[in-house]
Amino acid sequence: MAITAKTISDNELFFGHKACAGCGGSLAVRHALKVFGENTVCALPAGCMSAVGFVFPQLCFANNAMITPFAATASVLSGIRAGLKVQGLDPAEYPVVGFAGDGGTADIGIQALSGAIDRNDDIIYVCYDNEAYMNTGVQKSSLTPFGAKTTTTPSGKNVHGCLTQKKNMFEIVAAHGISYAATASVGYLPDFLKKLEKAANVRGTRYLHVLAPCPTGWGYPVDETADIAKEVVDCGLWYLAEYENGQFRLTRNPAEFTSVEHYLRRQARFRGVDEADVAAIVAGRDAKWERMRAEWGN
Amino acid sequence: MLRFLSGDEALAEGVRLAKPQVISAYPITPQTVVVERLSEMVEAGTLDAEYLHVESEHSALSAAMGASATGVRTFTATSSQGLLYMAEVLTYAAGGRFPIVMMNANRSTALPWNIYGDQRDSLALLDHGWIQAYVENAQEALDMALMAYAIAENPQVSTPFMVNLDGFALTHTYESVDIPTPEQADEFLPPFETANKFDFAHPVNMGYTAGPEHNTYYKYWAHQDMLDAASVITQVEARFAQVMGRTYPGMVEAYRCEDATRVVVTLGSAAGLVRSVVDALRAQGEAIGLLKLRYMRPFPGAQIAAALAGVHAVAVLEKDISFGAEGTVATNVNSALHQAGVRVPTYNFVGGLGGADISPDQVKDMFAALENPAGLPLVTFLGVPEEGRC
Repeated sequence: MAITAKTISDNELFFGHKACAGCGGSLAVRHALKVFGENTVCALPAGCMSAVGFVFPQLCFANNAMITPFAATASVLSGIRAGLKVQGLDPAEYPVVGFAGDGGTADIGIQALSGAIDRNDDIIYVCYDNEAYMNTGVQKSSLTPFGAKTTTTPSGKNVHGCLTQKKNMFEIVAAHGISYAATASVGYLPDFLKKLEKAANVRGTRYLHVLAPCPTGWGYPVDETADIAKEVVDCGLWYLAEYENGQFRLTRNPAEFTSVEHYLRRQARFRGVDEADVAAIVAGRDAKWERMRAEWGN
Repeated sequence: MLRFLSGDEALAEGVRLAKPQVISAYPITPQTVVVERLSEMVEAGTLDAEYLHVESEHSALSAAMGASATGVRTFTATSSQGLLYMAEVLTYAAGGRFPIVMMNANRSTALPWNIYGDQRDSLALLDHGWIQAYVENAQEALDMALMAYAIAENPQVSTPFMVNLDGFALTHTYESVDIPTPEQADEFLPPFETANKFDFAHPVNMGYTAGPEHNTYYKYWAHQDMLDAASVITQVEARFAQVMGRTYPGMVEAYRCEDATRVVVTLGSAAGLVRSVVDALRAQGEAIGLLKLRYMRPFPGAQIAAALAGVHAVAVLEKDISFGAEGTVATNVNSALHQAGVRVPTYNFVGGLGGADISPDQVKDMFAALENPAGLPLVTFLGVPEEGRC
């Protein structure tokens, strides 16, 4: 049965934590666990979700969960899965799921993630992407977008914030020939839920990359998370896609994009970008979409 | 059954008999033979284990930790830079109280790059919360693999265990090894049971954060339980003797130390060399002995002090140097002697670095120097070459 807003479980598995008001990451974890269920075993590296949910005696996962070394989300998941396997526990009944941030995934954790995908271990890896090292106070990661001000990419007269583009994690993961990978946004929950459910029913390694805005690090009002997570898709700076059976597919292909400038200007982190920067961001967006549409065939 | 095996192969036979359910493996010289043999055993069906080909040592130990958290017996192996690369995971595994058994092939640490044996790798990590044992020969390697699980998995201990074998000198040297039967191994080592694992009836959060108000609790008990492991080691060796008919002398072995005035303290394969020199010089009437340290953690301070009380001079021979201080073994021995009020002069001899040979003559010279130690430096490097470039 398709999981929708009407049919989703009322059973809460992640609650009582200390996440900031409006946290997109905790929203992603909460919904993912509703789909994966109470027999899920979670592993979380250093990052926002472990920092807010795992402080003795305030332990916030109602399912089995453990902290991992920062670089080791995927390898701990592999170990857990191997341990459950030798005890005869069915991977469909006992999902093994990691939740790591963008730094924990695209920077320090990419080696272990690559190893797990190479082995095709029967695990689910969820990257909640809030586009910087938020837990340590908003430092640049390789998923921080061009122009964003962080505490290590200051925006001043000479340099306007982050100079690099977001690393293309989704396609890096897909290039392994992974069983299933998808991008999502907490602004498009029905799409996210559908992909979570699909991931739960595929065997082998699965990767979900969910954009999860952070009002603290991005600088916008705390009640606008869902809206901004929607707008980043609508303006084309994030995309909803899937990779399965060796094929890419856009799950949302907007006929027209909303204003990139509007998306940028509502966030304090982009305050330093000038018109030329905006034009460069728009040009980058257009080039990416042209390629995705041409190569992914829709 | 007697077989002609290298230290690595003997260790792998011990692991096979211990029946780990999950093995995570990443190759590094001179450990590779262990993970090769284990993969062959899994292929042949003589070992029923999940064998994970991980992409690094960091992941090797992380995967072992994940598997251990599900309540299964785990094994991994490493060496040198690999051990250092996984160093942060050592503290996770220890703090999480996961009784993983890991073999470490003692090897030099870079730079200069070097694949040969010394003990600078494991001795640099004494503070990471693992039990550390050092074996002298291939038989002890096999036996220690079995005893390691019995000790680590004891509920009072519940602490990971590092079995150290000198690179090449032990890992690649062939000896006759007596292999216990599977029945003997099963009688000695029951299946792993633990309460420290995931529970689907009553889910648990493991390996969490503990702030300043709770942190000391965990560190205090890790320390106490490690100290208490000493008595478990004694029990396990007694049980091993009962089942296998081979005895081990506890955390230290005092060899011909009873009336000795001069003693060399050492560990690992160097103990075999010193033992033969002790026999040779004893035959000439010299009152000398060997004190072999079998464990560095828990540290057998009381046993060391007891063995060295009444000795006139002590040499600590080790394949390690803590630059700017002295060898780490010497520091530990000195502390134990000081705490016990044993006033015996000790001299540190640093040798075997990067696989350099330690000769019988060097050991004889060491004993000779102890006879008249006035003017002997506190730290002496054996055989410093003339050539090199800084």
